[in-house]
This record gives sequence, C-alpha cells and structure tokens, in this order.
Amino acid sequence: MLDEILLVQNLTKHFTKKGIFSSSGTVVKAVDDVSFSLKKGEVLVLAGESGSGKSTTARLILRAIEPDSGRIFFDGTEIGNDNKSLEKIRMQCQMIHQDPYASINPRMKISDIIMEPLEIHKIGTKEERKRAVLDALHEVKLEPAEDIFNKFPHMLSGGQRQRIVLARALVLKPKLIIADEPVSMLDVSIRAEVLELMRELQQKHGISYIYITHDLSTARYLGQNIAIMYLGKIVESGPIDDVLLHPRHPYTQALLDAISEPEPDNLLKEKKIRINEPLDIDVYRGCRFRARCPYAIEKCKEEPPLEQTGRDRLAACFVKLD
Amino acid sequence: MTFISVENLKTGYETEKGTVQAVDDVSFSLENGESIGIAGESACGKSTLGLSIMRIVPDGSISSGDIILDGKSILKMSKSEFAKNVRWKDISMVFQGAMNSLDPVFTVEEQFVEVLKQHRYDGDYKQKISEIVNSVGLTQDVFKKYPHELSGGMKQRIVIAMALLLKPKFVIADEPTTALDVLVQAQIINLLKKMKKEGMSIMLITHDLAIISEIAEKIGIMYAGKMIEFGSASEIYKNPKHPYTQALLKSIPKLRGDKVTNYIKGTPPSLIQPPQGCRFYDRCPQAMEKCKKDVPKFKTDSGYVSCWLYE
Repeated sequence: MLDEILLVQNLTKHFTKKGIFSSSGTVVKAVDDVSFSLKKGEVLVLAGESGSGKSTTARLILRAIEPDSGRIFFDGTEIGNDNKSLEKIRMQCQMIHQDPYASINPRMKISDIIMEPLEIHKIGTKEERKRAVLDALHEVKLEPAEDIFNKFPHMLSGGQRQRIVLARALVLKPKLIIADEPVSMLDVSIRAEVLELMRELQQKHGISYIYITHDLSTARYLGQNIAIMYLGKIVESGPIDDVLLHPRHPYTQALLDAISEPEPDNLLKEKKIRINEPLDIDVYRGCRFRARCPYAIEKCKEEPPLEQTGRDRLAACFVKLD
Repeated sequence: MTFISVENLKTGYETEKGTVQAVDDVSFSLENGESIGIAGESACGKSTLGLSIMRIVPDGSISSGDIILDGKSILKMSKSEFAKNVRWKDISMVFQGAMNSLDPVFTVEEQFVEVLKQHRYDGDYKQKISEIVNSVGLTQDVFKKYPHELSGGMKQRIVIAMALLLKPKFVIADEPTTALDVLVQAQIINLLKKMKKEGMSIMLITHDLAIISEIAEKIGIMYAGKMIEFGSASEIYKNPKHPYTQALLKSIPKLRGDKVTNYIKGTPPSLIQPPQGCRFYDRCPQAMEKCKKDVPKFKTDSGYVSCWLYE
C-alpha cells in the first residue's frame, strides 16, 4: 500500500433533488460505490460526460463535500473529519479547475494569487513566500517571472492564466494534483503546451495527477490509467492505451466513436453514433447504460458487477465487446 | 457557379488605443453547394468575419471590401434592404454560446413564435415550428419546456433550429460544438451534415480542425486578422503549405498514432498597428529576412497561401 498515493474505497454520494412545492424528492446517485487507487507519480484519467460524477468524485476526495459512505486514504492516512487529516489533504492535494477566466480573482495581482495558499497555510516569512512565488512562476515557464509577478490576470492570455492556476497549485509542493478539464477551455493549438508542462512537472517532482476530462484524445497524452464513469459508476478501467484501443464497454466505444480526427475523408461519411436515444426507464435499476445501450440484453436488468476482463482491466458489462 | 465571394474585406473596431483590424484584407469564395471551415486561434478575427457577413459587427465597422452572394453585393445594399431580404432569410448565424442566450422566462415555443412574428410570417406557426424542430431531431415535447429544462445539446439544437427557421441558403455557425460533450458534439456534427444534404452551405467557425474535416470542402486558416491560407480541405489536410497551418495541424491531440506533443510557442501580435510583414514571423520556424516585407497571396492548386516560401 505504500506505493499508493491515493486509495478510494466504495465512495458513495447521493444528492436529493427536491422540487420547490413537492415534499418528496428524487435521488441522484452522483457517485455510487466508486473504488480506485493511484500509484505515486502516476496519472489516472477519470473520463465521462457531464453528470457522470467525475467532478463530484474530485470534490469528495478534497472533502469539499461530505461522502455518504466509503473511505479515502491519502499517502497512508485515512481522510476523516479531524483537522489533521483535512489539513494534510488540503495542503498536499491541489485542484485545477476548468475555466481559467473564472478560477482566478481578476482584482488580485498574480503575485497575490499565487501567494494566497502559502498565507492560508501559514508557510514561510514574507521573503520566503516571495521567493516561492517566483520559483513557481519559473516552474510553469512564465517568463520573465519578475514582470508577470506584478501583473493582473486580464493582461494574460487563457493559456498563461491556466499556468498561473498551475503555479498556484504548485506553490504548496503538492503530492497530488486533481485537474478538472484543465485544457478544455483553451485553444487546440496551446492545449499540448499545458499538457506538456503538466507532464514535465510530473516527471520532475513525482507529482501524481487525477486528470478529469471528457476528451479522450488529450487524456492519452498524460494518463497511464483510465477509469470511465457513467452516471456515478465506473464502467470500465485499465491501462489507457489498452482501454482506448480495445474498449470492452459499449459506453467507452461510443465515446471513442464520437471523437473527430482531422481526416479529409470524414466529409464523406456520417458520424457513427453507437448510442440510442435514452429509453424512459429507471436508470438505477440494472445496468445504468441500459437505457441508451445498443447491445442491451434481458440480463442487463440486473446490475453488472465490475469484474476483471484481462490484465489490470475491469469492466461492468454482461455483453463485453471484443 | 460562385455562390458567395468575400473580396478584400476589412473590418475593424475603434478603441482608445487605436483601430483593432480584426479582419484584414480577407478574401475567399465558395462554389454552389460548398461549405467552408474557418480555423484559427482565439482573437484571430474568425468570429468578426462571420459577423461581417451578417452585417452586425457590434461596436465595429466594415471599412472596405465586398461580399457577393449569388451575384449581388450584400455590402452595397442599404441597411434596411439587407435586414428585410437577406439577414436570416438568405444568411443566418448560430452565434457563439447562443445556447445560453435563450430567454429563461419563455417556453421554447414562445421564443420561436417571436421570431416568426418579427418576420411577419403568414402561415401556420405551429406547423412551421414543429417542422423545424423535427428537422433538428427534437420532438414536440420541447415546445412547452423552458430553457432550464433542456440539456446543453438540446439547447444548441434549438438555437440551430432558430437559425434555420426562414430556410436560409448560407448558415454561419460559430463554435457550435464547443463546450458540449463529445457524444452531443457528434450529434450536432451529424445535424450539420444533414443540413448540407438539404442544400445549405455552412460556414463553420472553430479552433478545432478535426471538426472542420467533418463538414467543410474548403478551409480558410486565419492568423492575426489575415487569412493566411485558403484551399480545398483535402489539400490543406494532406499538404498544408503555410508553416502556421502545419503547426496548427500538428498540435491536435490524436487518439491513435504517436503521442508526440507539438504546440505553437509564443502568442500572436497585437492587432493594433501590427508589425510590417508576415504576422507569424516571431513564431515561425522557417522565418527569413524576406518575411519582414508584406506578403502577397500566392496561388496554389485550390486557393492561395500568404507565405514567401511559395513565391
């Protein structure tokens, strides 16, 4: 267990959605019995559409919200509600959000933005903090760092802003960074630049990442392992190249089909959509993907277990593609 | 026959610091039945180009050039004639982020009715709306719904349906798939493909060259207000000429093939008094002395390229 930075066991979070006038609510199983582990220095990709529970999982790990049940171990310590473990996870595990235009305060100077985590955690003297901010700016290759130091966010481009966010995460020297769609708001031409930077930092400092995305083609650049989520459940997981080349779950296959690659031949053919319009059934009974699955069989009315299908591979499907 | 041609178009925004020339001497033309993809990074002027064709450039103005649709100049037309006969009828636009501009306090049907009333449509409103809503793959169930009850993909289809309401020949779609999940994105792509089959031409504005390959026969690559390369999709994908086009294509993360990451270092120049010569000069791996002189358009097999390498 020592080589694992993060271990998540049977994590569950249900939300109750209540109408304004009705007293009975509907339950949304945002995260339902999710388990995974992440080795030190590795990158785990959590992939799925909006509403699949990937971001809720991230918030649960950071204890931004309280889980209903399940356990989280970070660097050998179980994360509970005691101050000590909360401080540990909130200091050593940092988050990067999707929108660099919304996640940094436009009225704060760059130096103050990056320094804030140090102030919150009461680390170092004023001089040391300033040094740390400059180091972080060098680290994310915002040069000349001394100039950037005194700038305001509006003077920077989207890619530069996302690097500020990365610097703010790095300044606490975290062991784990959770990056929630860090490049999806950026132009395609600079996505690779930010991903490349993240990979360099991973190799240099041995930082582990959880990379949350719906875009499987950028996932491949960074990740070693991937877990595909659908409506709160992990439906397939394994080594990333393996999963993307040989998907076993119909949902993974549908996600892969949907991606466009820059090929002139695309013009001549319809895009394959291997997913049905959702049937009006209770998605929480049986396989959750059943309502949209083109391969659904009678047995899918039972819930498929997440079981081993090959070396390090898991899939929750009775049909299992080849 | 030429369907639409844009000739030496210049559009700028006046600011305190000077004029931002967002579209600077852009030319391209499309034959009947062809669609075009406009690609480039943020702030390269691609949205302004779309807005110029619609003649609605907020706080900006078209200073020179011409746009000819079906043999008629739409820039020389009076404002009122354009508004009455061309805008939304011949040319319509799906604006960037338009799905968030649906009015939250009106049902979908009410919002459609408003558009029809505005254009003094004399026919059966209900029939017209259900026809158009069906054509984008939605059912009548959405009529009585409010925008917050719809998913992002449904809202995007509603906005596209609104643009199609008056059966335009030319639809400009500005980033219609950005911020949508991949599966929804694929559905929108198929919808655009279907519109093409029904005889519409599309101008797809996006920073994602992968999506353009699904829709467009012609591609225009924009950089810092200039269209630096224009040509057929197959030529641009298989044999990109301008170093910027080459770099842009290399930067796309791919699902298959090797994982080499390439990106374009640096940032584009300011559009207020941009430097003389090629605007890609600072970032170009093949820059030479000559590139400091303004670049003319050199003819290629299917279009043109603005790069001294092809003199």
